Amino acid sequence: MAKEKPDLVYGTLDMLILKALQHDPRHGLAIADRIQQMSKDILHVEQGSLYPALYRLEAQGWIKAEWGVSDNNRKARYYKLTAAGRKQLSAEEEHWLRITKGIDLVLSEA
Amino acid sequence: MPRLRAWLCRLVGLVRKETREAEMAEEMQQHLDLLIERNIAAGMLPHEARNAALRQFGGVEQVKEVAREQRVWRWADEFVQDIRYGARMLRRTPGFSILAILCLTLGIGTNAAALSWIEGILIRPYPLVAHQDRMVALGGTTRGGERGGLSYPDFLDFEKNSTLFESFIIDKITGTTLSNGDRAERAVGGMVSANYFDALGVRPILGRGFRPEEGTGRNAHPVTVISYMTWKNRYKGDPDIVGKTQYMNGVQHTIIGVAPEQFHGTFIGYSFNFWVPTSMQETFDNTGYKLEDRGARWIEGYAFLKPGVTRQQGQAELSAIAKRLENDFPEADRGHGIEIFPLWKTPFNAAGGISTTLGITAAVVFFVLLIACANVSNLLLARSLLRRHEMTMRLALGAGRRRLIKQLFTEGLLLSLIAALGGIAVAYWSRNALVLAFPTSLPGITIDYPGQLDWRVLLLSITICIGSTMLFALMPAIQSSHVDLCGALKSEGAGVVGGSGRSRLRSALVLVQVSLSFVLLAGTGLLLQSLQRMQNASPGFSTNNVIMSVVDLFSAGYKLDRAKIFHTQLLDRVRALPGVESAALTRVTPFSYNPPSSAPIEIDGYQPAPDEQPNADYLQVSEDYFSTLGIPLVAGREFTRTDDENSPRVAIINETMAGKYWPGKDPTGQRLKVKDNWMQIVGVAQNVKIETKLEPPRSFFYVPVRQNFFVGNALLIRTRETPGAITNALAREVHALDPTLAPYAADRLQEQVDGRGYTQRLAATLLGIFGGMALFLAAIGLYGVMSYSVSQSTRELGVRMALGATVRDLLRLVISRGLRLTIAGIAIGLAAALLLTRLMGNLLYKVSPRDPIAFGAALIILIVVALVACFLPARRATRIDPVRALRI
Repeated sequence: MAKEKPDLVYGTLDMLILKALQHDPRHGLAIADRIQQMSKDILHVEQGSLYPALYRLEAQGWIKAEWGVSDNNRKARYYKLTAAGRKQLSAEEEHWLRITKGIDLVLSEA
Repeated sequence: MPRLRAWLCRLVGLVRKETREAEMAEEMQQHLDLLIERNIAAGMLPHEARNAALRQFGGVEQVKEVAREQRVWRWADEFVQDIRYGARMLRRTPGFSILAILCLTLGIGTNAAALSWIEGILIRPYPLVAHQDRMVALGGTTRGGERGGLSYPDFLDFEKNSTLFESFIIDKITGTTLSNGDRAERAVGGMVSANYFDALGVRPILGRGFRPEEGTGRNAHPVTVISYMTWKNRYKGDPDIVGKTQYMNGVQHTIIGVAPEQFHGTFIGYSFNFWVPTSMQETFDNTGYKLEDRGARWIEGYAFLKPGVTRQQGQAELSAIAKRLENDFPEADRGHGIEIFPLWKTPFNAAGGISTTLGITAAVVFFVLLIACANVSNLLLARSLLRRHEMTMRLALGAGRRRLIKQLFTEGLLLSLIAALGGIAVAYWSRNALVLAFPTSLPGITIDYPGQLDWRVLLLSITICIGSTMLFALMPAIQSSHVDLCGALKSEGAGVVGGSGRSRLRSALVLVQVSLSFVLLAGTGLLLQSLQRMQNASPGFSTNNVIMSVVDLFSAGYKLDRAKIFHTQLLDRVRALPGVESAALTRVTPFSYNPPSSAPIEIDGYQPAPDEQPNADYLQVSEDYFSTLGIPLVAGREFTRTDDENSPRVAIINETMAGKYWPGKDPTGQRLKVKDNWMQIVGVAQNVKIETKLEPPRSFFYVPVRQNFFVGNALLIRTRETPGAITNALAREVHALDPTLAPYAADRLQEQVDGRGYTQRLAATLLGIFGGMALFLAAIGLYGVMSYSVSQSTRELGVRMALGATVRDLLRLVISRGLRLTIAGIAIGLAAALLLTRLMGNLLYKVSPRDPIAFGAALIILIVVALVACFLPARRATRIDPVRALRI
C-alpha cells in the first residue's frame, strides 16, 4: 500500500504537516500547497500520504479538525495545531536540527 | 498522556463509525473539488480537469483504506466486525450453537458447582470462621503409631510454649439430653476453650462469648452459648434469652449468648446446639474429672498458624515441645507426640470418611467436563469441515491467514463466553440443587454443605472450556494453510464416510468420549450394585421388628446405684407392655457412632506369641439381648437375670474368637481374663456386624450388663408395634418411674443400620447424576459426529446408491463404521476402568472392582446409545436422492 514518497525523508511528513499548521489552521489541500510553497517546490505531498498522516496526527491529539468555510466559500475540514502538537513540533524540530547537523558533519568530512 | 488520549480518540472513533466514514468521504470529495476547480482555473475543460484531479489524488478508496488504518484502532474495528459475523454464524446454525453451548454450559456449571462444593467441605468447611486456610487440627500420637487426643495439661503447655501459632482452641464434642415435653432430645455440644469464639472470629448475635476466667476452675462456670437453631426452636427466638438458665446434666447453666445463624460449630458431620467452657468438663464427661490429669488424652481441637508459617514449621515446633514434655513428665508423656493435620484430614470428625467419596466425585465431574469439551471440540471440528469451502473461498479472495485465524478465534471466544455465562448461571443454581439430590442422612446428623461458589474453581473450569474450544475452533484456519485452493473449492461434499485424515482426529475425540463414559458407567454400576447388596445384606441380627430408644440418665444426673434400679424397673415394665415380645439393655446399640469397649485379654491355656498382645472388643448387654436381636447361639446359653454382681462373672464369645483361641474345641466352660477379672465362657454366639456392614469379622465377646453396670444404657425392644406407639407407651412408663425424665423418640434399628451406609449412598447418588450426564453428553457427541460424517459423504452414498446399493446396505455401512468407533472406545474405557475401579475398593461391598455385571451393563448401554446415535443419521442418508447427491 502507498507509503510516503521517496522525495520526502521517511518519517518527516508528520513534522512538515505540524510546521505547515504552525500559524494558521488549514484544510488538507492547503496543507499540501503550503508545504510545497515553503519548500520552494522541492517537496510534493501526495494525498495518499497526506490524509493517513492527518488522521494519525489527529488520533495522537497533536492536531484538531473542525469544519469551516474556505476562501472560495466552500465547506472544508480545517486542521489546527493543539498545545500538545505545538510541543511535539518544537521537539521534532530540535531533533531534526541535531540529526541534520550530524549528517552535515559526516558528509562534509572530506 | 498523548498515548492515552490517542487511544481514547480511537475508542470514540470506533463507536462513531458511521459519522466518521461520512466525514472522511466528504473531506476527500472537497479536496477533489478544489483540485478540479484549480485545474479549470488553469484552463482545462471540466472533464479533463476532473480526470487530472483524480489522477493527482490517486485512488480515493485506497487513500480511504490507508487513512482508516491510521485513524481507528483497526484491531478493535475488525474485532467488532468478527463478533458480528460470529454471532451471525451462530444464529445461522442454531442446532450446532445450542448443542455446543449446552454442552459447555453443563460442563462448566456442574464442574464449578460440584468442585466448589467439595473444595468448600474440604478446605473451608466452617461458615463464618475466619482464616480457615491457616487452621489446622490437633491430634495426639504414640510411638506405636496410634492416634488419639491430647491431655489438658499438655495442651496448655503447647499453647504456652509455641511461638508460631496465633491461637489454640479446644473443641471436644459432647452432648446432653434436653427434655421437650414428654420427649427427650439429644443436644450436641462442644466443650470449648474460653477463647473459642474470639479465635474463630465468630461474634454471638446476642450476648457474648466466653471470658478468659470462665475457662478455669473445676465446674466453676456453668455458662453456655446456644446455637441460633436452638434459640429459634427450643426458646422460640426469645429476645431476652441472655441471662436465662437451662438445666444440662443436672447443673443449672446460664445462657450468655446466641451464635450467628450460619455458625454450626467446627465439627464436620454434626451441627452443634450449644457450647460450654472446658472448665465444665466433669459435668459433661461421664468418665470423670480430667482437667489435671496429664495422662487423660481427651482433648480435640485446632490451632491457627501465624501468617506465613507453614504446617511443617508448626509441626516441627510442636514436636520439639512434645520432646521436652516427654522429658519433664516421663510418667505420663513418654512415647507421646503431637501431629497437626490440614482440616480435610481432621482425625476426630467425619472429614476422613467423606473425603474418599468427595475425591471420587471430583474425578467424576472432571470426567464430565472432559466429555463436554470433547463434545464441543467434535462439533467445532465437524463444522470446520463444512466451512472448509468458505475458508478456501476467503483465501482465494485474498484474505490473510492471520485475519482468518482472528475471525475463527473470535467465533470460538463468543461461543465460550456465552457458555461461560450459562455455566455461571448453572453453577449458581445447581450449588443448592446438588444438595437436594443427596440422600437424607440420619436425623440429627447434618453435614453442612457450603453453598458458596469458589471463583477459582469456576475460573479453572471456564479456562479449560475456553482453551479446548479455542484449540478446536482454530483447526480450520490451521489446516487452511496447506489447502490446495483449486482442489478444495471443487471437492466440497465429496468425502468418504470416515475417510479423510482429519476424521482421524474426530475419531480420537469420539474414542475419548466413549471411553470416559464407559469408565463412569462402569463405576456407577459398581457402586449401585454394592449399594444394593449392602442394603440387602444381613448384618447377622434382625433389624425389622427391633425398636431402640434411650433414657439418658447421665444427663439427668443419675448415679450408678439409682441408674441400676431405674433400668431394672424400666426393663420389667417394658417387657409387660402389650405387643412387646422381648426387651434388652445394651451399653451401645449396633451400628451406632459409639464404639464398643475394648480391652487386652488373657486366655486360660492360650500362649500368645512373644510380640502378641491379645485384644478384643466387647459389649455390655442384658439378658434376652440375643433373642431380642435374633442372634443365634451356636453353643451354651444366653445371659440370665441371675448373671448379676452376686454371681460368678461370665461371658459369651463370638465364633471368630472361639475359632482363634479354642480351635476345634468347645470353649464353653473355659476361662477368659479381662481387666484382672476371670470370667467363665457360658456360650458362643454367631458372628454379627458391630459397627458397619463393611467390617471384617473380629474377635468379640459380651459380658452381662448387671456385672458391668454403666449409668447410660440403650433399650432394644422386639415388637410388631410402630415406633410411635412404643414411644408413647415408653414415655408413660418412664414418667411413672421418674416424672422429670423422658425417653428419646424410638426408632427402628433398620434406620440406624441404613444410616451407616450414608457415604456409599452419597457416592452412588453423585455418580448416578454425573454418570447420567456423561452418558447424555457422549450420546450427543456420537450423534453429532455420525451425522456430520454422513452429511460429508453424501456423494459417496449417492454413488453407491446409483450403483445399486440398497437402503439396507447403506444403513449397514454407516452403522458399522459408527459401531467400530464405539467398540474401540469401549475397549480403551475397559482398560482404564479396570485400572481405576480398583481405587474404589473401600466404597465397594461384596462387589469385585471388575464385576462383570457392572461392566456388561455399561457395555450394553453404550452400544445401544451408539446404535441410536448412528441410526438416525444413517436413515437420513438413505433418503438422499442419488441424482441430487451426485450433482452436489
